[in-house]
Amino acid sequence: MLRIEGLTAEVEGKPILKGIDLEVPAGEVHAIMGPNGSGKSTLSYVLAGREGYEVTGGSATLNGVDLLGMEPEERAAAGVFLAFQYPVELPGVGNANFLRTALNAIRRGKGESELDAMQFLKLARARLKELQMSEDMLKRGVNVGFSGGEKKRNEVLQMALLRPSLAILDETDSGLDIDALKIVADGVNALRAPDFSALVITHYQRLLDYIVPDKVHVLMQGRIVQTGGPELAKQLEASGYASVQAAA
Amino acid sequence: MPAVAETLDTVQSVTEGTYKWGFETEIEMDFAPKGLNEDTVRFISAEKKEPEWLLEWRLKAFATWQKMQEPRWPAVKYPPIDYQDAYYYAAPKKKDGPKSLDEVDPELLKTYAKLGIPLKEQAILAGVEGAGDSPSEGGRMPIAVDAVFDSVSVATSYKERLAKDGIIFCAISEAVQEHPELVKQYLGTVVPPGDNFYAALNSAVFTDGSFVYIPKGVRCPMELSTYFRINAKSTGQFERTLIIADEGAIVSYLEGCTAPMRDENQLHAAVVELVALDDAQIKYSTVQNWYPGDAEGRGGIYNFVTKRAQCRGKRSKVSWTQVETGSAITWKYPSCVLLGDDSVGEFYSVAITNNHQQADTGTKMIHVGKRTTSTIVSKGISAGKGQNTYRGLVRVAPTASGARNFTQCDSLLIGDQCGAHTVPYIENRNMSAKVEHEATTSRIAEDQLFYCRQRGLSEEDAVGLIVNGFCREVLKELPMEFAVEAQKLLQISLEGSVG
Ligand SMILES: Nc1ncnc2c1ncn2[C@@H]1O[C@H](COP(=O)(O)OP(=O)(O)O)[C@@H](O)[C@H]1O
Ligand SMILES: [Mg+2]
Repeated sequence: MLRIEGLTAEVEGKPILKGIDLEVPAGEVHAIMGPNGSGKSTLSYVLAGREGYEVTGGSATLNGVDLLGMEPEERAAAGVFLAFQYPVELPGVGNANFLRTALNAIRRGKGESELDAMQFLKLARARLKELQMSEDMLKRGVNVGFSGGEKKRNEVLQMALLRPSLAILDETDSGLDIDALKIVADGVNALRAPDFSALVITHYQRLLDYIVPDKVHVLMQGRIVQTGGPELAKQLEASGYASVQAAA
Repeated sequence: MPAVAETLDTVQSVTEGTYKWGFETEIEMDFAPKGLNEDTVRFISAEKKEPEWLLEWRLKAFATWQKMQEPRWPAVKYPPIDYQDAYYYAAPKKKDGPKSLDEVDPELLKTYAKLGIPLKEQAILAGVEGAGDSPSEGGRMPIAVDAVFDSVSVATSYKERLAKDGIIFCAISEAVQEHPELVKQYLGTVVPPGDNFYAALNSAVFTDGSFVYIPKGVRCPMELSTYFRINAKSTGQFERTLIIADEGAIVSYLEGCTAPMRDENQLHAAVVELVALDDAQIKYSTVQNWYPGDAEGRGGIYNFVTKRAQCRGKRSKVSWTQVETGSAITWKYPSCVLLGDDSVGEFYSVAITNNHQQADTGTKMIHVGKRTTSTIVSKGISAGKGQNTYRGLVRVAPTASGARNFTQCDSLLIGDQCGAHTVPYIENRNMSAKVEHEATTSRIAEDQLFYCRQRGLSEEDAVGLIVNGFCREVLKELPMEFAVEAQKLLQISLEGSVG
């Protein structure tokens, strides 16, 4: 389970997260919603350990393990996966090579044996099929020349291969048409298990029709101002964030 | 202080016990006496039992060299080299070689292990006695290997198999004895002895290197490969390689280089000459991993090399691929003179400079024949305080109607204390020719590193992956086995460059 207590963080000396308290029990999927600039991506970067996102107070643990003291790659090995809002291009790096390198790094971290090229290919093909992605995807450079939707699906493919214990999806739905949205949702739902939890960051209620969250949190100006069930997302869709602000 | 002076005392103390001064007792010697004069040249020629014409050739080169000045135009800095303060011939005594891998410098073995070089080959590379006597197989495509340690070629494998096709692959000193007519016909015809300071020096004192002749219409059935290795202290290595592909012949040749870590600077001034006749193809790949010096810039090899190919024949093709990760200083411009109509020249290069390494490297494409084409792809990577200069010349003679060149020069910077420089020279004297040049400079972005690390890669693995991606267009030109080696080498070379 993910437990965040009193988490504050700043970027370039500017306080962004102003005291976040959040618990995502194992087996649950929580959604985080909130207007642009409220700190959603910042929260995901802080949890993943990105440089420049300075933690100034509070704690974050995954299954009792302190995340904030670890290097990004150690957090990844501990089971943290971040699907990026803006996936990064790696020119000349083959997607298959990247995926296998990542998978083996994580497996090493967990003390599991590494997969050879053939074993990996078998596994990757199976996941690609589930995500209705073409095998071409493996041959291309990482995210290079990918459409917005392809990039997002590539993130979900990585998540499906790496099987994290905590997945953070940062606006993975934005820019997707309804078919792609369903595929992404299926990808997340397929991972649902008693030892898996997810933080789904989104602007829109429509993703939550397919990934039904156990809880919805509203993040505004670096604080969680409201928490509710799936119906809260629908309410926000109807009346906007202004109503929350008024209520908060 | 002269670069080599520092450690000469040490060397003397090492060698003095076994070393006898004077030219008369040559058989006993490991080293030619220190310094460079006509007697040194005669000594080397006599040691190799060379015919009179070759001695004359060397002496002429020496006389030319004495009148020449060291080039100062490369963008590299180093203290003056005292050419009289070095040894020009070092033949390792058999009894001095390590008897087993246990006696070999563990640091060196660690490097080989990192490179994934099989134990058997490690033993050969480290000069373990007897290790090179029988070639290793193990199901892989055989690779014929010639290994040059300091001044002497010690092992040429698969010779008999190649001889069946009429292919000659041997040490150049052996070729001088066995095939003097071929050596005489081609030696110095691509890189004349007076071509430049280092080429003249090499012509005077070259000690060994490889010789390859592929007869008409023969496609060489295996990769030919040479490992060069500087073992002895305070010796320069001056090898000379000559490859001739007769009409319609095809050959792929790989050169690998290593040197042990020492805190002195050692000079490596090689000359490589390639000749391609009608329809012949030569692919020459280099993975250069000379000792680059330590993190503070102490030691390392000065790699001042002249490599040139002549595409003499119609439709002939020469392709240079180089991965330059080593050496304190690299000064090297593998070139193609495209004489034959429709001949093709290619240059694919990755040069890495880390810590205090300096590289001034590039190519020259000289278009003379009609419709000659050349392609240049250069990838320069600078990290630490490394300085990387691409220097390239594309010259189109008035005769080269319809000639075409495409040049792409990309630089990647890691950190903010390194530098990358691009110096293209274009001389086009034919209106119908087309010359294109593209250049980019980029940095490894923080978001790329973070993305990789979020996926579980260590920072160093992430840099390695990104750098290998950057170099992909060049690495894919290498023969398979060496591409893997080169990838690992790139990563090792950049260790400690981030964080
Ligand atoms: N790298 C950065 N440099 C400067 N300011 C940043 C940076 N990242 C985020 N911010 C600021 O932090 C605030 C929250 O941004 P972000 O976490 O991206 O919000 P959201 O994802 O909810 O849209 C914004 O005011 C934004 O300008
Ligand atoms: Mg965001």
